[in-house]
Amino acid sequence: MRWPIRGSHTGRRGRAGAWRRFLRQPAALGGGAVIAAYVLLAVAAPWLAPYDPGQNDLSLRLGPPTWQHWLGNDELGRDILSRLLWGAQTSLLISIGAVAFAVVVGVPLGLAAGYFHGRVDALITGMVEVMMAFPGILLALAVVAIFGFGVLKLVLAIGIYSVPTLAWLARGSAMSVATMEYVEASRAMGQRHAGILRRHVLPNILSPIIVQGTLRLATAVLTAATLSFLGLGVQPPTPEWGAMIASSVGYIRVAPHATVIPGVALMLVVLAFNVAGDGLRDSLDPTMRRVD
Amino acid sequence: MLPVVLVVVTLVFLMLRLIPGDPARLMLDPSATEQQVGALRHQLGLDLPVGRQYLQFLGQLLHGDMGVSYKTGRSALGDALPPFQRTAELAVASVIFAGFFGIGLGILAGARTRSLMSPITMIIALLGVSVPTFWLGLLLIIVFSLRLDLLPAGGAGSWQALVLPTVTLGSFSLGVIARITRTSVAEVMHADYVRTARAKGVSEGSVVLRHAFRNALIPVITITSLSFGYALGGAVATETVFAWPGLGRYIVGAILGRDYPSVQAGLFLFAASFLVVNLLMDVAYALANPRITYR
Repeated sequence: MRWPIRGSHTGRRGRAGAWRRFLRQPAALGGGAVIAAYVLLAVAAPWLAPYDPGQNDLSLRLGPPTWQHWLGNDELGRDILSRLLWGAQTSLLISIGAVAFAVVVGVPLGLAAGYFHGRVDALITGMVEVMMAFPGILLALAVVAIFGFGVLKLVLAIGIYSVPTLAWLARGSAMSVATMEYVEASRAMGQRHAGILRRHVLPNILSPIIVQGTLRLATAVLTAATLSFLGLGVQPPTPEWGAMIASSVGYIRVAPHATVIPGVALMLVVLAFNVAGDGLRDSLDPTMRRVD
Repeated sequence: MLPVVLVVVTLVFLMLRLIPGDPARLMLDPSATEQQVGALRHQLGLDLPVGRQYLQFLGQLLHGDMGVSYKTGRSALGDALPPFQRTAELAVASVIFAGFFGIGLGILAGARTRSLMSPITMIIALLGVSVPTFWLGLLLIIVFSLRLDLLPAGGAGSWQALVLPTVTLGSFSLGVIARITRTSVAEVMHADYVRTARAKGVSEGSVVLRHAFRNALIPVITITSLSFGYALGGAVATETVFAWPGLGRYIVGAILGRDYPSVQAGLFLFAASFLVVNLLMDVAYALANPRITYR
């Protein structure tokens, strides 16, 4: 028998209220708009890019912005705008893949630890603590050292390093929800643990996970670019923002635009995810509203 | 802490075993014969059962031995120590920079949330966490080294060479520390004891520093010590930009050169120092708030 248990605050009405609160924050809305534009440009890159991102033209080497090449050309004469658009696709793919991996692995682990307590909690918490003992980028470096370079390996490296954050968050949230009366009532009625976790615990810890997921996207974009900049991520000639900056460093004196432009794009996207994440936190959980 | 150290050590041990391919073959010339590979496998102990290899590894580690660098033929741990010192130097400088300016800005903004300092601090905080470290480093090089010719673009050994890497590495933590300090100070500014201090006629500076900030110190300590961890991790990109001969650059070079004992030694040093910083953070907590006890 299904029992109409109340207590969830993430129902349709709750979500509508959160959406209205989000729309009332100009900064968060601006961040959301930048993210929407980024996703749109990344998806439409094959149609929007004016040139082939790999097309070399040494006569245009390190050329400044012109009417033909709006953002100029890189060290091999490739069109920076086209590479920027294709690079957006690469970084979007990596960041979404990595955060999805972290959510799919981290949230069930955290849920189990927070709900079951005891040995399960001790085991999972121990694992998470060990992973947290490593600075994230080093964990990613270790993964890259073991598995090698490339887009999929980068997804894995960043995904693994994001798992502890999401597991920790899910554990804390699940612990508090597990003590709620509606969860106790479900247990008393003999509902199975899996059902309780899926129907009552998970929906009530979604808000912090969405917020953290958005903030993790910022970290993922940044980490992917950093690893590619170091030569440990996406390998040339695949267009990627960090790799674009790395390849233009040697020409920083004569063509600073080749270094500055991908960096501005990167900063804008990370800033947008951070601002939107903060806005989501404020609107999804008004009780946790920041003092700042 | 000991179990965490043990697990980190185990992970570092497993790393070399998880890498596809034979480490002995990687160390040798591609033209090496099977006999030569076999002899090296025996010499490295790779022909032993994994359990024995692990015990041997632990024993060697206790003697400060993490194997021999494939590249230099010297002790991997010995090779990693000088870069580690350089990274520690940079990390300490960046945390001092971030702590000094971050806490300062945070106090100014938190004590008067309606002043202009408040939004300025928030913008600095947001930019600090959003600007890619390596890109900020490049921008600083363009402005201060190439255009103004004020500071060197790379190298180590002088205080001038330390300035740009310190600012680059510290900017992220500066943003986070400023934001947390601002929030913590703003929260306690409304507390009864702050009102009492004001009513007693204590000067505003003393109210903020001696009464408000002292009670807002715990989250600030947390975030400042966490920024050590960030500095250790963030050093990887910063060191590459500024050609700083630190551990991050050393590890990246070792990964690219497939010099796994050096990668192991570097990661071990990083993780160990991170754990030591966490321990020091616990001590700092206890000093800042004597009510916290550790059993």
